[in-house]
Amino acid sequence: MSAETMPVAAGSEPTAVDYAVYHSQAIFTAEQENIFRGQTWCYLGLEAELANSGDFRSTHVGNTPVVVTRATDGTIHAWVNRCAHKGATVCRSLRGNQADGAFVCVYHQWAYDATGALVGVPFRRGLKGVGGYSKKFNMAEHSLERLRVETFGGLVFGTFNPTIAPLDDFLGPVMRKYIQRVFQRPVKVLGYARQFMAGNWKLYSENSRDSYHGGLLHLFYPTFGIYRQSQESAGLVSDEGYHTVFIVSKPKGDVHYGSFGDEANREMQGEAKLQDERLLAFRPEIADDVGLHIQSIFPSVVVQQIQNTLATRQIVPHGTDRTELVWTYFGYADDDEETTRHRLRNLNLVGPSGLISMEDGEAVELCQQGTIGAEGKRSFVEMGGDDVRPSYAPMGMDENSVRGFWKGYLGLMGNALADLAGEGRA
Amino acid sequence: MSVAAEVAQVAQSAIDDFNAAYGLCLDDDRLEQWPNLFVDDCLYQVIARENVDNGLPAAVMYCDSKGMLADRVVALRKANVFPEHFNRRLIGRAVITGAEGDQVSAEASYVVFQTRNDGETRIYNAGKYVDRFDLSGGTVRLKSRTCIYDTLRIATLLATPI
Ligand code: FES
Ligand SMILES: [Fe+2]
Repeated sequence: MSAETMPVAAGSEPTAVDYAVYHSQAIFTAEQENIFRGQTWCYLGLEAELANSGDFRSTHVGNTPVVVTRATDGTIHAWVNRCAHKGATVCRSLRGNQADGAFVCVYHQWAYDATGALVGVPFRRGLKGVGGYSKKFNMAEHSLERLRVETFGGLVFGTFNPTIAPLDDFLGPVMRKYIQRVFQRPVKVLGYARQFMAGNWKLYSENSRDSYHGGLLHLFYPTFGIYRQSQESAGLVSDEGYHTVFIVSKPKGDVHYGSFGDEANREMQGEAKLQDERLLAFRPEIADDVGLHIQSIFPSVVVQQIQNTLATRQIVPHGTDRTELVWTYFGYADDDEETTRHRLRNLNLVGPSGLISMEDGEAVELCQQGTIGAEGKRSFVEMGGDDVRPSYAPMGMDENSVRGFWKGYLGLMGNALADLAGEGRA
Repeated sequence: MSVAAEVAQVAQSAIDDFNAAYGLCLDDDRLEQWPNLFVDDCLYQVIARENVDNGLPAAVMYCDSKGMLADRVVALRKANVFPEHFNRRLIGRAVITGAEGDQVSAEASYVVFQTRNDGETRIYNAGKYVDRFDLSGGTVRLKSRTCIYDTLRIATLLATPI
């Protein structure tokens, strides 16, 4: 690598990150190895998407295409969607059910079972003594590349790493507690939305851990005079800094949104009034007062409950400046029709068109555009301190969780960043 | 021409005219007029085709009253932050799929092109409208419009209604 193209991100620290991390192809490549195929568990999907044997879903780990399946014995498997013959994409659908349990590559019809094992090769012995593979050809050596799979709550995770500790340890007790909060009872998928941002995946990872921007970028609440000053809030960060959960409780007592306006700070109180308040109605359905729960699991998923919306947001990095966000919306399996309709109404708040969330897509792109040509310059992440604390309350005037993300990221990438910079100097 | 055929022809041209006006209303940024194209007790939703095909109900916009449409517009004007853009939509001729008195259902393909500050015009959203119209009282208004989009990847975000 030449000195001109060399990323100089080795000087980054959690409070000051070299903008090269959003633009460098070398860093992006190193992230695939060190983070997504490294010492992490990556979100693959929901167990609810794999309700029946034969169900499958195409997904990604980093930029690697992966398929997650439920086999005939009920176990969940994941494999790289790359034929062991010539590398073709094996499974070409986003999701479905492979009733006979076989995934057949269309190119030369090598067939794999749901576990990724090669189970059939056309003309393996040739025909009438002509062609075919040698006697040494062993099907067991030509399976699809498999991931280790574990589940927690209703979430399915996979890892390429053979030695990483179990998923439970990777998540830690605090994250497990909050995942269980959302997945307190069986869920059902309500649908998907996919949002494509011309920005780096880490800009979104920071965004979902950034409580500072909440009431400043997203002006929906203050515009309609529903700024909620009396809320209790906290941001909790896991040990290595990887994961974060933000929790905001609704004001005690009356849950009718109209009362929030009275408590609002005058300057934050808007002129406008909602014509249809049902959009915002909140029906507590978990045994607490939490109206907002945003949980960022390193490196690639956010679990959320905002009012009565439930969703995962999977971050798929397709390139340094191409990031896909896959929203999977769900409700509880025992929801009646009216409850589902209420969730659909609440969903106006979130997603690519969300009244309190659409701005995040724009923020990601603005930071990507603004940092072009800024390699060697660094961000300033010192709101609320320069350390990473396990808990910060109330939240909103700090970047504690963003520093946590960078602490975890730099821990995994540190050597790679130093090596890249070292090569550049050489 | 039979009475039924005559009614159908009137509905056809009324709905095509309506759709052309609907498109220009949004493309000319007359957002405040947009809710008036619906009856009070309406349903407007923008939903991914992958959801519709799989029987899944989640939409990215779901407004089941005219008030909610107006709230969307106020939010767009005063609260939401999004890239500056112009939309331009082409709406195909409507296909009438059913009629009962003044209530007519129809479908039409659409494409929304979007131009941002960089000046490039991109295909932003393609799909079809699945509609129920109320033609009573000599006016055409939407009882429901479901925008089923093929463009599964929404570029950046979706602010202006489809
Ligand atoms: S590439 Fe898959 S069978 Fe040949
Ligand atoms: Fe945000």
